[in-house]
Amino acid sequence: MKLRVRDGRLEVWLFIVQRLTAMVLGPLVIVHLATMIYAIQGGLSAVEIMGRTQGSLVWGLVYGLFVTAAAFHGAIGLRQIAREALQWRGMTVNVAASTFCLGILCLGYQAVGALV
Amino acid sequence: MLTVDIWRGDEEDGAFQTYEVPQMESQTVLDVVTYIQRKLDPSLSYRFSCRVGMCGSCAMTVNGKPRWTCRSHVDSVVENGRIQVAPLRNMPIIKDLATDMSVFFDKWQKSKSQFVPTDGDASEFAVVDPNSKERKAASAGIECIGCGVCYAACDVVEWNPDYLGPAALNRAWTLVNDSRDGDADGHLRAVATDAGCHACHSHQSCARNCPTSLNPTASIAGLKRKVFAAALKGRL
Repeated sequence: MKLRVRDGRLEVWLFIVQRLTAMVLGPLVIVHLATMIYAIQGGLSAVEIMGRTQGSLVWGLVYGLFVTAAAFHGAIGLRQIAREALQWRGMTVNVAASTFCLGILCLGYQAVGALV
Repeated sequence: MLTVDIWRGDEEDGAFQTYEVPQMESQTVLDVVTYIQRKLDPSLSYRFSCRVGMCGSCAMTVNGKPRWTCRSHVDSVVENGRIQVAPLRNMPIIKDLATDMSVFFDKWQKSKSQFVPTDGDASEFAVVDPNSKERKAASAGIECIGCGVCYAACDVVEWNPDYLGPAALNRAWTLVNDSRDGDADGHLRAVATDAGCHACHSHQSCARNCPTSLNPTASIAGLKRKVFAAALKGRL
């Protein structure tokens, strides 16, 4: 019974994290798309992008938050798909989802670091 | 004449068998099944009781959709002079159109959907404001008669046989909102499991097919919110 309650708690917290990260991602995706549409008006080049983002704490924070939210949101979603569609359960699916989350965090922060 | 395809068989093996039934005015699908059993093939097994939409015993899958056969007029479901009648989905078939519903009712037990009285000697009547938000929420889901139509309609039950299902969760929602119940957090703990309210995908098949027009999806969404709040407050 204890195990079941603990398992339930994990599901509840994953649900909460996924909903909260969705709320964060919503406006960030809009900001990202709007910025992209605005930024490519005069042609798209790495120099132009870097010129705008380098040294910018705001863009660093925006995309840092974006990466964090996307990593957790995506990993939780993939874990759920794996459990339902593939019947992949137990500790291994949690390890796989956590690894995916860490991978996205590392790659994402590396990209953000290079941008700012 | 009406052409009727009826599922014959059990959990292991079976197939549709075709019967010709005279079409009549105001005929229900239950009338059709009963005609076959009494006039054409007495070995046909099916379940019914009240015949007037009170008990929910006669639920079957008619043309792919779960419904009460006693409240389904042939005119409203017939397609090109043909009707297909099968047992309810997501429950083991005992024989022909009769399913073993114990798996469905066991989920009500697992969701701990029993009323828990509050402490006290009950010397005074509980005062329940019918216009309170909680009572309105409970009243919106209270008319479930446990027919299993929502359970048969639910795709999540098909994917995850452990999922408690719409009816049991709807019942939990009515108790959580019942001011007379003494263990709201206990009800939330029971449904905040791997196969509880968070497994629902909000497809709304339960609400679409419920013969009493209840909306278990809304009840389950309410449970998710309550569990969310309880978790943040450390009450789970």
